[in-house]
Amino acid sequence: MRKGIVFRIQRYSIHDGPGIRTAVFLKGCPLDCWWCHNPEGKGLSPVVIFHEDRCLHCGRCDGQCTSGGQYADLCPGGAREIIGQEMTVASVMEVIEKDSAFYDESGGGVTFTGGEPFMQYDFLYELLLGCRKKGIHTAIETSGYTAWSDLKEAARLTGLFLYDLKLMDNKKHIQYMGVSNELIADNLSRLATAHDNICVRIPVIPGINDDDRNIDSTCAFLKGIGLKNISILPYHNTGSYKYEQLGLDYRLSHIRSPDKKDMQRIADTFGNNGFNVYIGGSAG
Amino acid sequence: MNERIQKLRDQSLNSKPFLTDERARLVTEAYKKYEGKVSIPVLRALVFKNIMENKAIDIQEGELIVGERGPSPHATPTYPELCCHTQEDLEIINSRKKISFAVSDEMKEYYTNEIRPFWEGKTIRDLIFNNMTGEWKHAYEAGIFTEFMEQRAPGHTVADDKIYKKGFIDFIGDIDDSLQKIDPFNDTCAFEKRQELEAMRICAQAIIRLAQRYSEKAASMVAIEQDQRRKQELLQIAEITQRVPAYAPRTFWEALQAYWFVHIGIITELNTWDSFNPGRLDQHLFPFYKKETEAGTLKDEFAKELLQCFWVKFNNQDAPPKVGVTLKESGTYTDFANINIGGLKQDGTDGVNEVSYLLLDVIDEMRLLQPSSNIQLSKKSPGIFLKRAVDIIKKGWGQPSVFNADAVVEELLRQGKDIEDARCGGTSGCVETGAFGKECYILTGYFNLVKVLEITLHNGTDPQTGKRLGIETGNVLDFTSFEQLMEAYKKQLHHFIDIKVRGNNTIEKLYALYMPSPFLSIIISDCISKGMDYNAGGARYNTSYIQGVGTGSITDSLSAIKYHVFDRKTLGMEQLLNALNSNFKGCEDVRKLLLNRTPKYGNDDSYADEIMKEVFDAYYHEVNGRKNMKGGLYRVDMLPTTCHVYFGSVTGAMPDGRLNGTPLSEGISPVQGADHDGPTAVLKSASKMDHLRTGGTLLNMKFTPQLLQDEDGLTGLMSLVRTYFKLDGHHIQFNVVDRETLLDARENPDKHRNLIVRVAGYSDYFCNLNRALQNEIIERTEHMTF
Repeated sequence: MRKGIVFRIQRYSIHDGPGIRTAVFLKGCPLDCWWCHNPEGKGLSPVVIFHEDRCLHCGRCDGQCTSGGQYADLCPGGAREIIGQEMTVASVMEVIEKDSAFYDESGGGVTFTGGEPFMQYDFLYELLLGCRKKGIHTAIETSGYTAWSDLKEAARLTGLFLYDLKLMDNKKHIQYMGVSNELIADNLSRLATAHDNICVRIPVIPGINDDDRNIDSTCAFLKGIGLKNISILPYHNTGSYKYEQLGLDYRLSHIRSPDKKDMQRIADTFGNNGFNVYIGGSAG
Repeated sequence: MNERIQKLRDQSLNSKPFLTDERARLVTEAYKKYEGKVSIPVLRALVFKNIMENKAIDIQEGELIVGERGPSPHATPTYPELCCHTQEDLEIINSRKKISFAVSDEMKEYYTNEIRPFWEGKTIRDLIFNNMTGEWKHAYEAGIFTEFMEQRAPGHTVADDKIYKKGFIDFIGDIDDSLQKIDPFNDTCAFEKRQELEAMRICAQAIIRLAQRYSEKAASMVAIEQDQRRKQELLQIAEITQRVPAYAPRTFWEALQAYWFVHIGIITELNTWDSFNPGRLDQHLFPFYKKETEAGTLKDEFAKELLQCFWVKFNNQDAPPKVGVTLKESGTYTDFANINIGGLKQDGTDGVNEVSYLLLDVIDEMRLLQPSSNIQLSKKSPGIFLKRAVDIIKKGWGQPSVFNADAVVEELLRQGKDIEDARCGGTSGCVETGAFGKECYILTGYFNLVKVLEITLHNGTDPQTGKRLGIETGNVLDFTSFEQLMEAYKKQLHHFIDIKVRGNNTIEKLYALYMPSPFLSIIISDCISKGMDYNAGGARYNTSYIQGVGTGSITDSLSAIKYHVFDRKTLGMEQLLNALNSNFKGCEDVRKLLLNRTPKYGNDDSYADEIMKEVFDAYYHEVNGRKNMKGGLYRVDMLPTTCHVYFGSVTGAMPDGRLNGTPLSEGISPVQGADHDGPTAVLKSASKMDHLRTGGTLLNMKFTPQLLQDEDGLTGLMSLVRTYFKLDGHHIQFNVVDRETLLDARENPDKHRNLIVRVAGYSDYFCNLNRALQNEIIERTEHMTF
């Protein structure tokens, strides 16, 4: 059975698509966004984090305190945490199905996110297939940075796309995310004709993509490809502590969250252009 | 809220509870006069009559519903025939930090001179303790179980619709019919029946007399009242109290007043547990509301004002003062009247009506601890009904709680009730299921499921005292499998439930013989037709409950032993016992391992949840189906009130990592902080208990206000509730207040005097809770938004 690397499964997610959902976080991402709030999901392979403050020096790990994950489940203080676990499709499905009764009641389902879920496309494909068999609604949250053939195939099995569109200026896109936005834009244009339930997600990062120029060109682009639904998400730095744990540099420490007024201004611009806009995670 | 209500509400909130010796005096007077000369039921009726005819009556400025238990609001009577307070008791009641009542020097003196000399040694409390065996006393003192009836009378019941359809003159007619039918030649109980029915008759006349006295009082106030509008109101009050409860009410106002007199009668006759309760108020009031609004004689605004006056009345009646263990298991002023809204009609159709929404508005505006309130949500209830309730819940003060009306009906049916009786039932007290107006469903005491494990781990001995309380079930160091441990645990469980039930059976008889309640018996079917008292088995259905406490703690403790000692072998049994006996001193790593690396209940993890089911089944099979002394059966309930704190205080460190003396888990909620997989996982775990085989379970959830700030959060909450109920969950209640606020309130109580939180089946002022309970609530897992 196919296996993949999952770094979190979050039950009772209520801001990632309709109803009560289980969010499955697949590891690995081709982008390197400065504001990423799941930096632990970037690399493809599992990592062991060592929380020194939790270590009781009890010696159960045989002195191998800082390396290796084989003792993590016996570490009394939880000082060792493995991020990213190899799971089979069946074992992920088992967790997903635990909340079936809640999906039925609320019109919810599962949302595959990451990382970039298309990084583990074969695994994702089987999970989508598994959900289809069980009648569970699916959503994919994606950066769109993937092969069109995969996106096209997944579209047939997916109820909703939460598609990130962060920056229209390609130079800035490369600067802040490490990759060009051409593939992302191309894929979105094609997906717009292949799928009828796409919500475009725009994280609002003050000073980076909240300027009128970016908002206007986003409007123009989305109008051109005929998409209607947008959700704008205010940037927050709640993920910054993770950078410290991972020993990484947080490059946006100087930026604050946009206030309600800024969010409303951007929402109004989209609204005036005929889009359905949601502030926050609500979508679909 | 208009000015009148504002004033009455402020008055109710700002006056401090105090004790009155009025009732003690009138009761003692009557006993001195009649005891030994008449039968006991008649004696009790004459006591009731003496109070109704001679208690001080007062009509407060502006009030529309009249009647107080004491001479004035918050004047709380004592019940010396049940529990005669010592001088020390009165000093403690007066001065204790929490749940105190002011006691005047005159009252203390009166108690010394008149009350104590008459009652000492002959109260129900004395009778109970004198009749208990040594092993019962040892188990009671060790905190294995509590005893509800040692200073408060059985009650635990709720009104149905009969008092809105009949007046007490009609009830007297029924009593006379029943007297007529007694067969003096062949019925071996003819004498007892006659005495009981005579007693009911005296009580019925006495309550009519009380109402008349209020009528006379109102009429006398009319003459001197200057304000024309108030004059008119007093005239109406005089007219209404002349009519009800002698005759059946005709209007919305009369209906509320009729109920209130009955309520006052019941909570004066005895200090019944859970006071009394109108139950399904929206169903009872709807016919009056409909008739009058259609005729144009009642406007919503006035209906609401009357209800608000009614609400204030409940809030004026504090739970009678408790002492000792009874205070510990129920440390609150709240007296558990719990109004049911919604549910099903007798014919099985949706019961939500216009009055349901009116009641929700009243709850929202009044924000009072008493009466408590709940919605009975059935699959037939409209979404907007739940939405309106959730809009109030999100404000964070714990009301209304939410019950699964369909499960309640199923539970009652399983217990053998008629389907119509079941649909007209509901929940009262904290979460207890009952056939309203037809059932005597007594909570007899809490049972400490965790302490039994502590004793099992020590082969029958309580390590707290070194006393042998249980039976010898073997040295656990010799056990080679988890099954062996479970076997031993079940044997101890059997031993202690035997002790509890043997005690209960005696106590039940003591109440039947010495403390009947003829007034209450009038309005609970079928006491009149059977000529039998409520406390002797007169009700149509008679159920006794023992309430299991510590579901989360016992599950996690057993799971820890199974996982670490037997399955993974990460700990030796001896090492574990040493850690427990030293309260984890010097072995913090063992405690952390138990806390952090054990499958725990509340995470939808079948490893732990299967153990919860096994413990529940063991407890259920031990209790369910045993016979009580009223012709009914024992059932289980899974709720704690505040007893999880008391039980925790007498239970040592446990394998779930819990420290000596700290609270157990409450209700069927997971151990505080043990659930880490979100609300759906908690609900899944909790739903694996077979709720339909209980008479009530209590699940607490704490949400941060942020989780409910947007539409997604609110619809999410509604879906959580609906799904939990689809899975047969019985009840759920919510605290919506963040940790910081609670921490601040604990340290700066004066800043947060009005902060209300959900405790367990009821709400209370956070600042009125003792510190252990405050900490317990702070430590409950907080579900956040993702």
